Amino acid sequence: MRPEAQVDYRLKGSHPQLVWRVLLALAIASLVLGLVFSFAGADDSEAWRQFKFSYVTSYACYLSLSLGALFFVLIQHSCNARWSVTVRRVSEAIMMNMGLMLVLLVPILFWLPDLYHWADAEHVAHDALLQQKAPYLNIPFFLIRMGLYFVIWIGLSTYLYNRSVRQDETGDYGLTQAMRRISPVGLILFSLSLTYFAFDLLMSLDAHWYSTIFGVYYFSGAFMGALAFMILICIWVCSTGALGRAINREHFHDLGKLMFGMVVFWAYIAFSQLLLIWMGNIPEETVWYMHRYTGTWKGFSWFLLIGHFILPFLYLLPRSVKRNQALLGIGALWMLAMHYLDMYYLAMPSFTHENVPFNIVDPALFIGMGCLFAAAVVWRLTRRHVVPIRDPYLAESLAFENF
Amino acid sequence: MRLPHFLRLVTGQLPEDNPFGIVAEFDNPGALMHAAEAVRKAGYRAFDVHSPFPIHGMDEAMGVRRTILPFLVLGGGLTGCVGALAMQIWMMAYDYPLVISGKPLMSIPAYIPVTFELTILLSGFAAVGSMLFLNFLPMLYHPLFKHEAFRKATDNAFFLSIEARDKQFDVEGTRSLLESIGGRNITLLEP
Repeated sequence: MRPEAQVDYRLKGSHPQLVWRVLLALAIASLVLGLVFSFAGADDSEAWRQFKFSYVTSYACYLSLSLGALFFVLIQHSCNARWSVTVRRVSEAIMMNMGLMLVLLVPILFWLPDLYHWADAEHVAHDALLQQKAPYLNIPFFLIRMGLYFVIWIGLSTYLYNRSVRQDETGDYGLTQAMRRISPVGLILFSLSLTYFAFDLLMSLDAHWYSTIFGVYYFSGAFMGALAFMILICIWVCSTGALGRAINREHFHDLGKLMFGMVVFWAYIAFSQLLLIWMGNIPEETVWYMHRYTGTWKGFSWFLLIGHFILPFLYLLPRSVKRNQALLGIGALWMLAMHYLDMYYLAMPSFTHENVPFNIVDPALFIGMGCLFAAAVVWRLTRRHVVPIRDPYLAESLAFENF
Repeated sequence: MRLPHFLRLVTGQLPEDNPFGIVAEFDNPGALMHAAEAVRKAGYRAFDVHSPFPIHGMDEAMGVRRTILPFLVLGGGLTGCVGALAMQIWMMAYDYPLVISGKPLMSIPAYIPVTFELTILLSGFAAVGSMLFLNFLPMLYHPLFKHEAFRKATDNAFFLSIEARDKQFDVEGTRSLLESIGGRNITLLEP
């Protein structure tokens, strides 16, 4: 099958331009609302502290979407995948939000002593364990590591994106080869950096506690969230009619299968972490689960098990759901919300583990940062072809069918 | 006792006096697909196509319903899941209660690995076993194998066969239908 002549795979006209502008406006409104609400509380310092934790939660959620999208592009190149060519540009647009996420990281760097006990000199002074951990957990080294992660991620994303869009003009097969050569190396760098990033940003919120599988846990949610977000963006791009049948139900079926697989993988990893800590029964390890199993956090944990694994497992199991845009879109939206609650479950008990500290700030930041993130993706998609039009394997991806 | 058709087929107990069916060769996958469509539209149901490789769109052309295999696999998986949990709860908490590292007798987290493995195992068994059963495999005899040219079906030839048990079947009529849609080498198959 050849690319259809009447479709040029561009998001043209005023509609897409309007969409990203509206998203941007919503983002600003929502973020301002979040700030206002956090200062409207009776105790300003506590509300402000909650705002910071809530910010880290949303940040971890949206950064993971860019990371998952980067991973998607890396594995497609590494295994010479052909089915995914038509959805690759959407994934590339999501991974290119890494620069935006670097900007959004800046406030967190100013809030370190409020968020992390290890960054608070007064606290460390009477905490023997944190003194032992100080060679790794200290502010300068933390900043160096963050810099290193973003050099790797922005470097890889830009390298892949530039070559991909250059191929739209030249059609040079050498660009495909270059992307395929870098990807296996990129995967190694990616998995190491993501693991340590998860340790630094989320695990060190509770610096006494440690779990070696934590990086994989963050990754499993990240890739699942990225697939959910990709599905939603693909549905929107299809609805503009700019694609013809370039992304059709066969591609949605495969994205759905991957998302389903990652739902199961998340449960597998989450349970592996729980099982070893439960078996070993060492207080310094079990305390993390104790904090998530007291007060209303107990219900929250159970909700996560059911909402993040059991329900989506049953819902995404039938083939017909994955091949139906509307049903798959509902599933993707649900999984995105569950991914946020998963990040909430990782970060917020460090703010308070008495009860779930649910506040209007949380949805305000989740929606605000999400609209900003989505606006950047849509804006980037309007600037280039939505499909890599001169990729050597485009024809195979267009003709792709599941048996 | 009259055996079901597939059992008579696999045990070689087809009636001697009637032909098994009729087979025709086609030039390429496209021609085979059009032929399958024409045969389905002519009202035939007991027919099959034979090709060295899977052909996209053939299921729709033949009007084959989707397989019930996924439901059988789900059944296998649920059996494994419920069976494993029930087995462990009964053994660990009732039949031979034993306190292990101070945990409660019924400790669900400890049962999950075995539950998970048995779910996968029985799903796998159900998938392979049902696939064989639904395809009437292993099939030790089939009248098509007596047809000399049919050996090419695993290499470079495309065949369509219509069985005599089809209500529409009639030696002359079926033969002329296959001729009209471009079939070559049309041969009547002995049982």
